[in-house]
Amino acid sequence: MPKVKNRKGMTLANKQLAAGWLFLFPATLLIFIMNFYPIVRAFFISLQTGKGVNMRFADPLFNNYIRMFKDGIFSQSIKNTFLYLIIEVPIMLILAILLAQLLNNKDLKFKGLFRTAIFLPCATSLVSYSIIFKSMFATQGLVNSVLMKLGIISENINFLGTPATAKAVIIIALIWRWTGYNMVFYLAGLQNIEYSVYEAAKIDGATGWKTFWYITCPLLKPTIVMTAIMSINGTLQLFDESVNLTSGGPANSTITMSHYIYNTSFGDGTGNMGYASAMSFIVFIMVAILAFINLKVGDTRE
Amino acid sequence: MNKKNKSMVQRRLIPTYIFLIICSLISVFPLYWMIAAATNASLNIARGSIAFGDQLMVNFQHLLNAVQGTLWSSMRNSFLFSTIQTLFTLFACSLAGYGFELYHDKNKDRLFGIILLAMMVPQVATLVPLYKLVSDMNMLNTVWGFILPTIATPFMIMMFRQNSRNFPPDIMEAARIDGLPEWKIFFKMYVPIQKSTYAAAAVITFMTSWNAYLWPKVTMREASAQTMPMFIANITSGYTVDYGMTMLGVLFCSLPTMIIFFVLQKQFAEGITGSVK
Repeated sequence: MPKVKNRKGMTLANKQLAAGWLFLFPATLLIFIMNFYPIVRAFFISLQTGKGVNMRFADPLFNNYIRMFKDGIFSQSIKNTFLYLIIEVPIMLILAILLAQLLNNKDLKFKGLFRTAIFLPCATSLVSYSIIFKSMFATQGLVNSVLMKLGIISENINFLGTPATAKAVIIIALIWRWTGYNMVFYLAGLQNIEYSVYEAAKIDGATGWKTFWYITCPLLKPTIVMTAIMSINGTLQLFDESVNLTSGGPANSTITMSHYIYNTSFGDGTGNMGYASAMSFIVFIMVAILAFINLKVGDTRE
Repeated sequence: MNKKNKSMVQRRLIPTYIFLIICSLISVFPLYWMIAAATNASLNIARGSIAFGDQLMVNFQHLLNAVQGTLWSSMRNSFLFSTIQTLFTLFACSLAGYGFELYHDKNKDRLFGIILLAMMVPQVATLVPLYKLVSDMNMLNTVWGFILPTIATPFMIMMFRQNSRNFPPDIMEAARIDGLPEWKIFFKMYVPIQKSTYAAAAVITFMTSWNAYLWPKVTMREASAQTMPMFIANITSGYTVDYGMTMLGVLFCSLPTMIIFFVLQKQFAEGITGSVK
């Protein structure tokens, strides 16, 4: 029997196959042009020096990468970023799980209200909340005047002008902005856990903490891994907060990798695209490695 | 459960309530303070006043003159860019998610795996090459330069793919037998069924686009192309800071996303957790 052909001479099966490819083509093409191609090009630019149209390959070829090791600000920016990562991410994720667990109680009243309130910081843009925190922690700001009134301090503290406190403010701000965001993931994850599991645990005599450690956490593992990957990824790319909350200061003590890369490539009077690309390529490798480790740790299939 | 038992349960929950109330207050306070500060004079704010003041109109006048009077053009740009971004993203990503899920075969699944790898590409790593690309295409300071890099994102494609699973293939077969062409099946049958997915995707895309900062800071440098996050960042870059005016600016920048949050909170929550199912 001859195959059924349409006007253009394509079989129906072929037509369907073509339709499938056609549908995914525009987005796929954009992903390749806007993500993969730039990464490859970033590597080539990272081997070049010079400005604008006069860029040529460096001699030695990996000069920009060698320069990085001697660059005190770059190593400072790595240290800062990892400090934020190591302190902020665990505190935030534990707090988020805890809040989700508390809100997942069927006897609790005003659940919606609490949820909305804790989730609310996500509605502000990163620039907005950076400026809000900058103003609140200013030397002539709210936090100082409250501490003064309470008699805890005798003169205003320059929170954002002192390296240690400036870092602390960034970490506090990050926890404020992102805890509710992560909580929503855990709430979604908890809804997939049958209530009968908890009832059974109760009958077996498990206390609140035991249920949390031995039932909730293992069942939430996929969600925990995913939020951890997202948080690590996000923290490694921290930019808006560093720029708008502390301007990277004082003396680069709070600058993040992305901020320094921006300053090197697009900051005033620099425009060193080659060196910036080399640094950004290192960030790319860090993100890839950490995501890979995370996926391995989180892989529950034996 | 009898009454006595119920009140016992509630009594045992008192520490939980206290903890949740404290967390809620901490979460809400900075935003309350932003609104209160927008109505106060800078001096009062520095003195620690957290009550509402009567300086709203004065602050507003100052804001209108700030950053070369670009408040309204920044608002307009942000609305325009974010809306166009949302339309393009929804179209391209839903089409791709639909294609990947309902026409899937070995090759497409493999390609999808590669696309997911793009999630690991940090924005800053592509900044210089993308800037060169957009600049070569003469798209600096245009809406196209603003939206092109983020029209298609692995996250959105994944979200639409996951949600396409509840689209029954039987419907497609039936439609094909009725002689409906493939693209009509998408527009006439898939799109209406996926309304809630589109809503969630729209909320999340609009908010992300509205809040974008690094990319516009690089490509939208002309004052006429400035968006709201850039506008408020520029207010504070001077030496003396007018807190009242600044907070009013921050309020302007936050208001649209906060309204979306309150009206469409469910869709927003679905949007960010969208691809995990």
